[in-house]
Amino acid sequence: MARALVNVPTKVKRGDVVEIKVLISHPMETGFRPDPNGKFYPRDILRSFACTYDSEHVFSAELFPAVSANPFLSFTVVANQTGVLTFSWTDDKDQTQVQTAKIEVE
Amino acid sequence: MPTIQEDHQPAGASRRAVLTGAASAALIAVSPAARATMSEMDEAIAAFTKGAPIKQGGVKVDIPILLESGNSVPAVVSVESPMTLADHVVKVALFNEKNPLPQIAIFTFGPKSGRAWVSTRIRLSDSQKVVAVAQMSDGGFRMGMIEVIVTLPACAEER
Repeated sequence: MARALVNVPTKVKRGDVVEIKVLISHPMETGFRPDPNGKFYPRDILRSFACTYDSEHVFSAELFPAVSANPFLSFTVVANQTGVLTFSWTDDKDQTQVQTAKIEVE
Repeated sequence: MPTIQEDHQPAGASRRAVLTGAASAALIAVSPAARATMSEMDEAIAAFTKGAPIKQGGVKVDIPILLESGNSVPAVVSVESPMTLADHVVKVALFNEKNPLPQIAIFTFGPKSGRAWVSTRIRLSDSQKVVAVAQMSDGGFRMGMIEVIVTLPACAEER
C-alpha cells in the first residue's frame, strides 16, 4: 500500500518506557479540498492505526481527516519482554498494511 | 536596475491581490457549508463522553501557539496518570472548533503504554481552540485545551 517507517529502539532495559515513532506515506485526502472544477477530491484517509506487542494491544488510534498527510504518530510502550511489535494501518477501502519490528530486552 | 524593480513591483502587488482574492474566495466557498461550529465540537465531545461530566485539568495539549501553516501542525497530548492496571488512561480524543469536522483523532491506551503521551501532526483550518478529552479507567473524564493562531490555514490552498 505505502511506504512506512518505524523507529523502535533495538536494545532496551527491562521495564523501560520506550518511545516508538511511526510514519507512513499517505495523502490523507480530506474530502473537503476543492479541485479546479469546484468539486471536491474524494475522501481517502487512513482510518485506524494499531500497535500490538506480542499480540497484546498497547496503543491504537482512530484517525480523522484532520490528521496531516503522511500520518506521524509517536507513543510509548513498557518493554517487558523481548518480542515483536506489530503495526497496522487501515484505510477507507479497508486495506491494511502491516509492519513489524523486533524489540530486544536485556 | 532600479527601473527593473519599479517595473516588477506593480506586477507583484497585483499578483498578491489576485492570490489573496482567490484564497478568500475559496474560503468563502468552503466555509458556510463545511465548517464545524462551537456547538458541533461540544456535540462531538458529548458523544465521546456520553454526556458524563468533564473535569478540567490534568490534560496538556502542546501545540506551538503561532503557526505559519495549518497543514502539518505538531501536536503533543499528555495526561497525568500513573498508568497502572488500576488507574490508567483509556482513551484520549482530540477535538477542534473550526475544521470541517470537529474530531481530529481518538487514541486508545492501556497500562502497557507506560505513559499517556502521544505526538502527531494535525491539520487546522483556522485560528482556533484545540481540546483534548481523556477518559480514565475509573470512568471519569478530564480535559485540557489550547488556543492557537494559524496564519495560513489548511484546506485553503490547492496543492
